[in-house]
Amino acid sequence: MTDFLGLYNYWIVIFLMMTGFYIVIARENLIKTIIGLNIFQTSVFLLYITMGKVTHGTAPILRESHGGEGHGSEHHGAESHSVEHGQELHAATEGHLDSGVEAVTEIYSNPIPSVLMLTAIVVGIATTALALALVVRIREEYGTIEEDEILEMDRNS
Amino acid sequence: MMDFIVIPILALLAATAVTVARIRNLWAAVMFTGIYSFLSASWMLILDAPDVAFTEAAVGAGITTILMLATLSLTPRRHRKSGRLSSEDFEERPSKSPLFPLLIVTITGCALVYGTFDMPHFGDPNAPIQVYPQPSFVEKSQPDMHGLPNVVTAVLASYRGYDTLGETAVIFTAGIAVLLILRKNTDDQGSSESQSVTGENA
Amino acid sequence: MNSFPIIRVITKLLIPYILLFGLYVQFHGDFGPGGGFQAGVIFAAALILYGLVYGLPAVHKVAPPKVIEKLTALGLLVYAGTGLVCMLLGGNFLDYDVLNHGILTELPTFLDFQPGDKPNHFLPEGQHLGIFLVELGVGITVTAVMTMIFYAFAGRERVTS
Repeated sequence: MTDFLGLYNYWIVIFLMMTGFYIVIARENLIKTIIGLNIFQTSVFLLYITMGKVTHGTAPILRESHGGEGHGSEHHGAESHSVEHGQELHAATEGHLDSGVEAVTEIYSNPIPSVLMLTAIVVGIATTALALALVVRIREEYGTIEEDEILEMDRNS
Repeated sequence: MMDFIVIPILALLAATAVTVARIRNLWAAVMFTGIYSFLSASWMLILDAPDVAFTEAAVGAGITTILMLATLSLTPRRHRKSGRLSSEDFEERPSKSPLFPLLIVTITGCALVYGTFDMPHFGDPNAPIQVYPQPSFVEKSQPDMHGLPNVVTAVLASYRGYDTLGETAVIFTAGIAVLLILRKNTDDQGSSESQSVTGENA
Repeated sequence: MNSFPIIRVITKLLIPYILLFGLYVQFHGDFGPGGGFQAGVIFAAALILYGLVYGLPAVHKVAPPKVIEKLTALGLLVYAGTGLVCMLLGGNFLDYDVLNHGILTELPTFLDFQPGDKPNHFLPEGQHLGIFLVELGVGITVTAVMTMIFYAFAGRERVTS
């Protein structure tokens, strides 16, 4: 049973996603539909972000100690940066231990989901703005923003 | 320790989403959407994605809410000849029986939950997503980028720069499209097409 | 909103800090959380706040719609132009490594920095310069598009039909 508790993040995301889905299919008001799409969209962001998290990790902003030019000689310094992959982390730690220097290992969460979602959020607001603009125009043309009334007007015309 | 923060946030997140689904007043629904965005930004921050949390807080809770409120003020439900608009003008009609949508949503949700049983656990360092793009690029990025420490920015602007260019173009296009749909045509007397649209409208 | 003095005063107090924070997020995005998208949205938020409280004509004076419209294109052009400059200098599109210029990349010695100190890039070059320009382009476009969208919505009047 405890095996399944490690999946709680997906379940939360699925719950939020289904709430958004419900709003989209059950409500006929166009603005409410867009709100539902927004909730769905945010839950997708959360899905990606939770997948990028690594236990005991920290934000992927590297500690400033080495790297850059002119610091080549300091690469055997007191700290080593390592990344999320378990084996690699292990190897890096060992390597520094072998050289007889104390090694402080940093674990970073995966930056790639962050990057993807960063772009998705901004594209999301752009498309939301477009959808809202269309709603405003629909209201001006039809005088209502209820889906079924609009469809009825279209059928009658 | 972190659980004491995470559990209330997740509970509030779920409660807010359900409230948005249930509430009929659209003003309130829009405000709850803003709260929902803030809460998800909080969770993103705990999940080690400060850049995304930052963007979500600024975009989701700020700009989206403003735009939705602006749209709402332009689309009251029914028109009265006189008097101010009341809050009833911004309410949804009572919806039809929610049973059928609920059924669909439940079935879909169960299918998705069943799908998660094969997924790697939360925070698993050996999950495929952590292993397959060779993770050493995080270390390599510092010498590559002249010591810039923020890997997210490095990937966004340099490794995946072409992607971001396309995305900036998408934002630009969306902005132009909104402008074409909504701009008042007072300053362009010459365009006959837009004139006729307003002519029919009036 | 002209009749709410508290809102007006607080807005005037807040806006400079919001703009300053936007600049910080824009130009410090390589070092900490932040970048063009966030900075653009924060900048646009300051303009939108001003517009909400003081009215559309006031914010049109600060950021004329004609200028904003041109800025949307300018940001994208800065981005694509960076890529083209890289190509002209012999690299690939958006390959910032060719942007090394070697001018003033070290701090002048009269500013007493220890030689081993970390900030040894006085002017950004190479990848740093490329990222800087690209983020600038993104920031300009996002600011302008968000402001433009706000203008479009706010300039619309409610149709009574």
